[in-house]
Amino acid sequence: MNIFELIKRASALDEPQPATQPASRRDALEQLTRLGRGAALAAVPAVVSGLWTKAEAQVPAGEPTSLLEILNFALLAEYTDSTYYQEGLNVNGLIPASDRAVFEQLLRNEMAQVDTLKTTITSLGGTPVAKPNFDFTGGGRYTNWNSNYQTYLAVAQAFEDLGVRAYKGQANKPALMANKPVLEAALRIHSVEARHAAEIRRLRGKRGWITGIDAEGSQADIYTGATPESNTTHLGIARADYTTVAEDKVSQAFDEPLTGVEVKARLALFIRP
Amino acid sequence: MATQHHSTEPAATGLGQRLFNPIDRRLFLRYSGLTVATTGLLLAGCDDDDDTPTNQEVVDPANDPNASGAVNFGTGDFRVLNYAYALEQLEAAFYERVVSNFYSGISSEERDILTDIRDHEVAHRDFFKKALGTNAIGALEPNFTSINFSSRDSVLTTARTFEDLGVSAYNGAGKYLTDPNFLLAAGKIVSVEARHAAIIRDLLKPKAKGEGAFAGDDVVNAQGLDVAMEPRAVIAAADKYIRTNLNTNTLPG
Repeated sequence: MNIFELIKRASALDEPQPATQPASRRDALEQLTRLGRGAALAAVPAVVSGLWTKAEAQVPAGEPTSLLEILNFALLAEYTDSTYYQEGLNVNGLIPASDRAVFEQLLRNEMAQVDTLKTTITSLGGTPVAKPNFDFTGGGRYTNWNSNYQTYLAVAQAFEDLGVRAYKGQANKPALMANKPVLEAALRIHSVEARHAAEIRRLRGKRGWITGIDAEGSQADIYTGATPESNTTHLGIARADYTTVAEDKVSQAFDEPLTGVEVKARLALFIRP
Repeated sequence: MATQHHSTEPAATGLGQRLFNPIDRRLFLRYSGLTVATTGLLLAGCDDDDDTPTNQEVVDPANDPNASGAVNFGTGDFRVLNYAYALEQLEAAFYERVVSNFYSGISSEERDILTDIRDHEVAHRDFFKKALGTNAIGALEPNFTSINFSSRDSVLTTARTFEDLGVSAYNGAGKYLTDPNFLLAAGKIVSVEARHAAIIRDLLKPKAKGEGAFAGDDVVNAQGLDVAMEPRAVIAAADKYIRTNLNTNTLPG
């Protein structure tokens, strides 16, 4: 099954809508919400891609709403991962020979995801956001990210666990739920991020899953947020009402989302203005 | 499924016979679209009295999804949640069995990992049961006769199968959920299944790339997308591990 064919087919089904001249981004988004998906596919590129390609707006403050905003937001996360692995593999002696295969696999997956997202965005009539310039020292927090393997791994864990939370926070947005082929692709990237996160944790000698908000030496704020990783209440049902499994194990058993705004705030640390 | 069987089943062809023996039924379910098309071609030369079950359609009662008492997944979002609940029951039962009597020579690390996973799967199972309430399917009876619980290789390869299948299942079923809260709940669980899958894979093939690796080429395709399977295909693949009759008629896909 070729996802791009599915997306094109889904797009082709949408009735063209009368051209609109949105006065502002907020107006435009409200209009898109009112008009539905058909209008969104036609009108979003002009509104959104302009914002995303401005250098000063690489990480705009707002919550992604439209399908293209969500996909460009995801692309930003994939750029982060793929660039980080490429640069790590390029540094002589950083990644031990025993672990290089893992990073080659990580890079292969991430590059494929970058291509998939770009192609999907283009298929939908959008413009993929440009790759930003990264500062993997995180504004000076990780000055030895490319000379100390343990630091390199800790930052990699932060990016992957952040990626899992980022996709999870977008998956049930109306714009994504309305486009089933794209939703399925997003879910399929989401679980790859989780595989990656687990493997990197394992390389660090840690468990593959997250206990409470314990960053285990990675970046603390990756595990906090409006719904922290320690949460064990789901669909309004508190842990004690559904299981006798211990609190810390239940927190491991459920990963938690971050909003787009929360993810951007954390990624901003690694992106040069 | 029953309707498809009856309307497309050739009265007395070798293919028809093969489809409904207990072993090949799984293959039938997995490739039902293709199979129906194929048998449709064969029908041209067959008796068209296809509404009457014939002796050729005899199904092993233990595998007959339409047997009285077969588990029905329900409708709407509940069918999807029940489907997830069925898989979580299967996983929880498997790891409970593994942890109750570890394979010989197990390392303390593997013991810790498998115990954690047991706890996670039990939590998932318990959560779905509570969330579904009166809509929940009953307890499934597993069939683990094909697993050698005293063998590391048998246990870990089965664990890999279950975890990858779980990831496939959630990835393929998310699009059938209409309530965003349910999709989020499923999303919270699937990434943990993916973490399990990666760790089990790493135990079987440490620090690897390519086939069999934590996010290997056998599960993550050239587009960087993880496995995804339609519900009926997942149930077909899980069928050999479930003794309870499952009626997949209301499942999408």
